[in-house]
Amino acid sequence: MKPPSRGNRGMKNSKISLKCHKIVGGYGEGEALVSHEPICFYLTDPKTGIVREKDHELAGKNLANKVLVFPSGKASSVVQIDGLFKLASHNVAPKAMIVKDVETVLIVSAFLVKVPLVDRLEKDPFEIIHTGDFVEVDAEKSQVTVTKRDTK
Amino acid sequence: MYLTKEEERMCNGELGKGMQEAINLLIAIGDAYDAEKMIPISRAHAASSGQEGDLYFVELLADGGARCRVPTSTNPVYDIPFFHRLFEILKYEADVARRVMEAYKRVGAILSWSCIPYMAENIPLYGETVAFSESSATPYVNSVIGARTNREAAQSALAAGVIGKTPEYGLHFKENRKGTHLVKVEATLKDEFDYTLLGYYVGKQIGYGIPVLTGISKQPNTEELINFCAMSNVPGAISMFYMPRFTVEASTVEEAFQGDIPEDKISVTDHDLKQVYGELQTTSGKIDFVMLGCPHYTLKQVEEVAGLLQGKKIHDGVSFWVCTSATTKTLAEKTGYVDVIEMAGGHVVVDTCIDEPCWAVYTDKVGMTDSPKCAYYRRFKEVRLGRLEDCVETAVKGK
Repeated sequence: MKPPSRGNRGMKNSKISLKCHKIVGGYGEGEALVSHEPICFYLTDPKTGIVREKDHELAGKNLANKVLVFPSGKASSVVQIDGLFKLASHNVAPKAMIVKDVETVLIVSAFLVKVPLVDRLEKDPFEIIHTGDFVEVDAEKSQVTVTKRDTK
Repeated sequence: MYLTKEEERMCNGELGKGMQEAINLLIAIGDAYDAEKMIPISRAHAASSGQEGDLYFVELLADGGARCRVPTSTNPVYDIPFFHRLFEILKYEADVARRVMEAYKRVGAILSWSCIPYMAENIPLYGETVAFSESSATPYVNSVIGARTNREAAQSALAAGVIGKTPEYGLHFKENRKGTHLVKVEATLKDEFDYTLLGYYVGKQIGYGIPVLTGISKQPNTEELINFCAMSNVPGAISMFYMPRFTVEASTVEEAFQGDIPEDKISVTDHDLKQVYGELQTTSGKIDFVMLGCPHYTLKQVEEVAGLLQGKKIHDGVSFWVCTSATTKTLAEKTGYVDVIEMAGGHVVVDTCIDEPCWAVYTDKVGMTDSPKCAYYRRFKEVRLGRLEDCVETAVKGK
């Protein structure tokens, strides 16, 4: 599925701007993919970005080029970093990541592949952002902008 | 985060691209945890793995001219020429491993290739500020030695080794080192193997936290503590623990909790340990190989293997491996243990770990190990789990 381009939003265009806390800088935008469970990048298909972890909420979903919203990372440092690195080398890493609880391994993973990573949204990201919304993460300006899918 | 003049210069790239990458990573971590400043470290341990993500960062630093400012040891990869003689290794994989090992050398690391560097190559003292990655080394240096480290990734530890500093957050503060879970050990802990099961069980029950273990009647030995650290980080993330009286930082339960003893407690019975054992073992039948040394065996454990193999022969259908550090093997050779193991048909192998691609030949085989960690991350078809002496006995009998 192609994320809506920036020019597409408009019609009823209800945009929500939220302050956030920058961890890894940069800008990334795309369709939101929300997971309420922690994510291990090693348990995704490195060539496509499809989540392979059985019983995971996102099993079978594709995180390539999405803005990923999830509570935290999980698994050993080696596998987590290698997992995201492999996705990035196939150009199927997420465009940006919004998390609730950050830990060192996730920071290192995002830093290595230069994917913007933010936390501490001024509102609960799980209430504001839903899968399919269009999200712009401007880590440098500590700002997240959400365009609701149902307003188009 | 406050940066000194020199840190700012690093950040601007004035001290080279390698330093710049390293400090930028530390700043991202510091910002995430609201660290106010960087603090000096005396040593680091980078959990190198020989995988692509590892290669990317260490080459970035090495190519950018960075050199470690404090002693920085490395985790297992594998001895390429040694494995080339035995097994087929894909050229691509061997190239990645070779480049990783060369880059760590260029960056000035101690090429220990060991997951227990705190035993010989890179030993912190009580109270030292360090940056130790490797999920089993982090709790050992925090709890058994009483040095202070956060749960680092390989790259954050390497960056800290290169800069000689780490952001001040987490376990560098005393108030963050207080116990979170009270664990009453009712199980009988007879030997090192029981400590592997205890570690696994505690890690699984707690997930993330600082357990305080009571009810242990006898001083655990070094190997028992190493095993507890390694196994508790298989199903969990235990960066620190207390065994009051036996670990250094608190002599009482009250002290470990800094006065804040939780009402709930977790108990561990013989039955619980038996259940862990049952969960991890997938077969009790015939085996193709025995894999010991996850985490790396100490000299005492190598000696024990040699003692059990004295005058015996490993069964024809079984390969027998003991993984350890180059330092330990050198001493074991001098002392005569390696000869005994090799005479019996076994191998003592250095610089590597079961998690490395050099063992791909065992993908379809049945292995036996004394390590729940090795069993859990198994890269082979079926696994039998047993005490060191059971592993040796099975290797000799072939089943």
